[in-house]
Amino acid sequence: MMTTDAMTIGIAHAEEVEHPDTVAMQALGFWLYLMSDLIIFATLFATYAVLGNNYAGGPTGKELFELPYVLGETLLLLFSSVAYGLVMVGMHNGVKTRVLVGLAVTFLFGLGFVLMEINEFYHMVAAGHGPDVSAFLSSYFTLVGTHGTHVSFGLIWMAVMIGQVTVKGLTSPVQSRLMRLGMFWHFLDIVWIGIFSIVYLMGVM
Amino acid sequence: MKRQKYLAFVGLSSLFAVPFLGGCSTILLFDPKGPIGEAERFVIIAAIVLMLIVVIPVYIMAFWFPKKYRASNIEATYMPKWSHSLKVEFFMWGFPIAIVTALAILAWTSTHALDPYRPIPSADKPVKIEAICLDWKWLFIYPDQNIATVNQITFPVNVPLSFKITSDTVMASFFIPQLGSQIYAMAGMQTQLHLLADKPGSYAGHNQQFTGRGYADMHFKANAVSREEFQSWVQKVRESPEKLDWNGYEKLAKPSPGYYPVTYFSSVQPNLFENILRKYDPTWGKHSGPMSRGSVPTHPSTGVVEAN
Amino acid sequence: MFGKLSLSAIPYHDPITIGAVGGAVLLGLAIVGLVTYYGKWTYLYKEWLTGLDHKKIGIMYIIIAVIMLLRGFSDAILMRAQQAAATGGSLGFLSPDHFNQIFSAHGSIMIIFMAMPFMAGLMNIVVPQQIGSRDVAFPFLNSLSLWLTAAGAMLIMVSLGVGEFSKAGWSGYAPLTEMEYSPDVGVDYWIWAFQIAGVGSTLTGINFLVTIIKMRAPGMKLMRLPLFVWTSFCTMVLVVWAFPVLTAALVLLTLDRYIGMHFFTNTLGGNQMMYVNLFWTWAHPEVYILILPAFGIFSEVTATFSGKRLFGYTSMVWATGVITILSFAVWMHHFFTMGASPNVNLFFGIATMLIGIPTGVKTFNWLFTMYRGRIRFTTPMYWTLGAIVTFALGGTSGILLSLPSANYVLHNSLFVIGHFHNTIIPGAVFGFFAGYYYWFPKAVGFRLEESWGKRAFWCWLIGFLLAFVPLYVLGFMGMPRRMAFYATPAWHPYLLAAAAGVAVISLGILCQGIQLLISIKERRALDDRTGDPWDGRTLEWTTSSPPAVYNFATIPVVNDIDALTDMKEKGVAYRRPNQYNDIEMPKNAPHGLILGGLVFVFGFAMVWYIWWLAVLAALGMLFTVIARAMDDDIHYVIPAAEVERIENERYRQLAAVAT
Repeated sequence: MMTTDAMTIGIAHAEEVEHPDTVAMQALGFWLYLMSDLIIFATLFATYAVLGNNYAGGPTGKELFELPYVLGETLLLLFSSVAYGLVMVGMHNGVKTRVLVGLAVTFLFGLGFVLMEINEFYHMVAAGHGPDVSAFLSSYFTLVGTHGTHVSFGLIWMAVMIGQVTVKGLTSPVQSRLMRLGMFWHFLDIVWIGIFSIVYLMGVM
Repeated sequence: MKRQKYLAFVGLSSLFAVPFLGGCSTILLFDPKGPIGEAERFVIIAAIVLMLIVVIPVYIMAFWFPKKYRASNIEATYMPKWSHSLKVEFFMWGFPIAIVTALAILAWTSTHALDPYRPIPSADKPVKIEAICLDWKWLFIYPDQNIATVNQITFPVNVPLSFKITSDTVMASFFIPQLGSQIYAMAGMQTQLHLLADKPGSYAGHNQQFTGRGYADMHFKANAVSREEFQSWVQKVRESPEKLDWNGYEKLAKPSPGYYPVTYFSSVQPNLFENILRKYDPTWGKHSGPMSRGSVPTHPSTGVVEAN
Repeated sequence: MFGKLSLSAIPYHDPITIGAVGGAVLLGLAIVGLVTYYGKWTYLYKEWLTGLDHKKIGIMYIIIAVIMLLRGFSDAILMRAQQAAATGGSLGFLSPDHFNQIFSAHGSIMIIFMAMPFMAGLMNIVVPQQIGSRDVAFPFLNSLSLWLTAAGAMLIMVSLGVGEFSKAGWSGYAPLTEMEYSPDVGVDYWIWAFQIAGVGSTLTGINFLVTIIKMRAPGMKLMRLPLFVWTSFCTMVLVVWAFPVLTAALVLLTLDRYIGMHFFTNTLGGNQMMYVNLFWTWAHPEVYILILPAFGIFSEVTATFSGKRLFGYTSMVWATGVITILSFAVWMHHFFTMGASPNVNLFFGIATMLIGIPTGVKTFNWLFTMYRGRIRFTTPMYWTLGAIVTFALGGTSGILLSLPSANYVLHNSLFVIGHFHNTIIPGAVFGFFAGYYYWFPKAVGFRLEESWGKRAFWCWLIGFLLAFVPLYVLGFMGMPRRMAFYATPAWHPYLLAAAAGVAVISLGILCQGIQLLISIKERRALDDRTGDPWDGRTLEWTTSSPPAVYNFATIPVVNDIDALTDMKEKGVAYRRPNQYNDIEMPKNAPHGLILGGLVFVFGFAMVWYIWWLAVLAALGMLFTVIARAMDDDIHYVIPAAEVERIENERYRQLAAVAT
């Protein structure tokens, strides 16, 4: 009968080249993943909208949020996205060092964002305004924290890419991954703009 | 194959007939004892009739086509490429659209008329009952008579009943099948239900939303009696040695195993119902909005907040 | 050290549970023993567990589905037996706690671990072949999805013997599932099993969407796709849209339970209605996710066994699309009685009725496909006909429930149980069975024996009617669902009939088991030598049975709907190409299996609060993913000469059959 035993068939290895179709399919697949992620965020935004006024006698956004601090976080994130632009330019021109510098700068700004956010959360919890105090605080911590968790995973991915670019160079699979990381990073930027507007700005007004 | 299927189907469809042979009284939804229940029975039957208009042709075709066009019947026309017909499409879409339109009209009129929050117009003042779901029994407070009961309500025939419902545990559903609609009971929230019994009798009441270990024990009796019998029943409850104050309530609210026997309380702490609500929502009753339908008095048709 | 876990987690005191666990363990050991005895571990590891072949992944999905069907069905037997016994003051033989776990497990298993894997399995085997492709878009992700599903299933199975399962129903309503009312591990098992399987499903959704969009053969325009591909496509759209909502809802419940947040609690601002809305925003599309692929199977089977093109192809596609979109607009019909205003209820009620229209259209289309056809009554056609007739009843009961005023008296009664089983069993399960019988020869190489298949069908059909028509009556009698015992004697005869129905269905399952064994024994006589045992109309029947790992030596060119029928009529089917080329296929990879194992450990650790183990498992997952991502050498090449050798063998077989 027909053999399907993969191990007895040819041992030639394919070149480490992604076919153009593969890159397009990876991009489409990643877009679809981002849209599913967007729905997770949409659900968290909807939850925040419904529960965001349930203070249960605890503090409100107005009392807790410090806009200048949040502005600082926002600038860090936005500049990290600009730095990623440097990565993409370097990648298109095949300049490895530019890519590595861009990745490092993006990483540092992103790390700064995450550290500021951890600091914000820590102080709120230490002051007795943790997520277990009210539905408003639960939805705030979860929405903002989910975004921060995504950024953190992006940072891990970025560190891996720094390693891959260093070791493998700007091969086709590496470039495809850099492109997808860029999509991820900019997506998180957009979500942050939503958070900044709906949670912080509207919370303080 | 077709004959076997047909016989099997007819044989099993006769299962449907059995309950009607046995008498309708156990088919509670078809033996309503009040106008709400009657209206709902009408909706069910009307909807079934409307849908049969579509379903019967489907069944006719589903038995006729396989029989006629089975491969062994070589006399039947065989048109392997025939896969499009505007006429068939027109009926195939049009027929269901027509039936759904009729159903939508039926739904529109009946849903508005049978809104649980809509009071039943009557010359009589409604009997108010506050129902609280506990683990695993129902507490009923009669605020106007200042009495309370567990697992039993009694009320006069032909007088509207105005229920305010909440829960001091998980989500439940208050339901007296022969009188009509059910509605959820949720902690920190008040839902409303309006029913009326137009025949005397003792009707089964359930919790229709699963609440855990003792769920199956959460049945109660809803007794519709004459006005005189109602008054004497209220008197009887007032003779009970038990009173329901907050401490007594907290003891009652503890999870209890098994069916909780019918209990009467001759007096109730004022505002007990509101206090139960405020256990979960300290601001209850002080604001209106989409989440507090019924917590602030509103006009039943317009929803406009009325002055207290 | 071990969190909440201790030896007391094992339910020593419960004979039924210990019996079930013991049986399962013995069976597992027997299988392990057999594999060892025949020395097949290397074969199993290389060919199946680490393989990325979509056809084999599909078969493994179906194996999971069948195992979980047996488990979920055992739950059904216990439930029906309990309700047949627990009358007139008797409390039956199951405590309420046990009964409550059983109905929760039954629903959870049947939907997430039986129906979803069955569907994913059939899609895996069939869709790439039907579009003329060699594989899915992301073969590794495909393997990962499989092992995530297996991990979730393992978690539920383990909950039987270690700790307990949720007692809050498959829908897990808050606040019953909050710590205050369910402090035990059961709800946590439920959460993690669903969450893990949900991620697997979402990845499958993305995978198949990209596959269908990007990997179609030349000429396979969208409006030439087989209906099974169209319905799979729409299903995957639903998956990618809906599952993230479940993911988020479960995360919120998890945060409530683990960190004391207040999303759905009774106090401090939580809102249980939010859970209900979020859950059903996922769960309603989920039931369409289950039914649409089955509808696609009915279309394929009806056309093939009527020897006729599917009637109203364009209508069918549009109807599928309408169902897909509308399924997002109806979720509230699961809680009309939660106190919304009439206008809100009516919006959702009327939207629900509207879904009846395209569903009716599909039914008519199948019937008019049979009209003026030449119908062969094979087993798949039996299942399809049985489904069409019985599903109509389920759809009708659904429309009845969609009227809010009727719903007010029928909600949460056994009428609802009757309705959804009446749509899921004749709709989805009969559809999957039809697909199983239809595509079994393609996947495995020999047909299933027909007469046992027909016996199984009759047992299922009669058993189904006997088990569920009485439930409609009980709903009209006012009996609520999920009752561990009851005091109304009038309900008893109907529950007895329902129990008898379950017994008849068991006979059906027994017939299916016997059929499988006999078919394996008689496989030479039932051999499918051509790859086209049914005179099929679509591309999967051009490959051999089972196909070569690459499916098609040369990618076919498509000119019409029913691509294969078109080729047969033009005499170009099975035409030998001028030359063969090298074919690149994905290498095996153990990472999917490893990640599945780590995810299972992570889930188990989270259930029992063994934090160090959870952290270790999470780190393990991260490193496995990074290790996989470092590997760019993920393909191997089948040289043209080897392809030619395989194809020559195939043509020799075809010629031998023709003579």
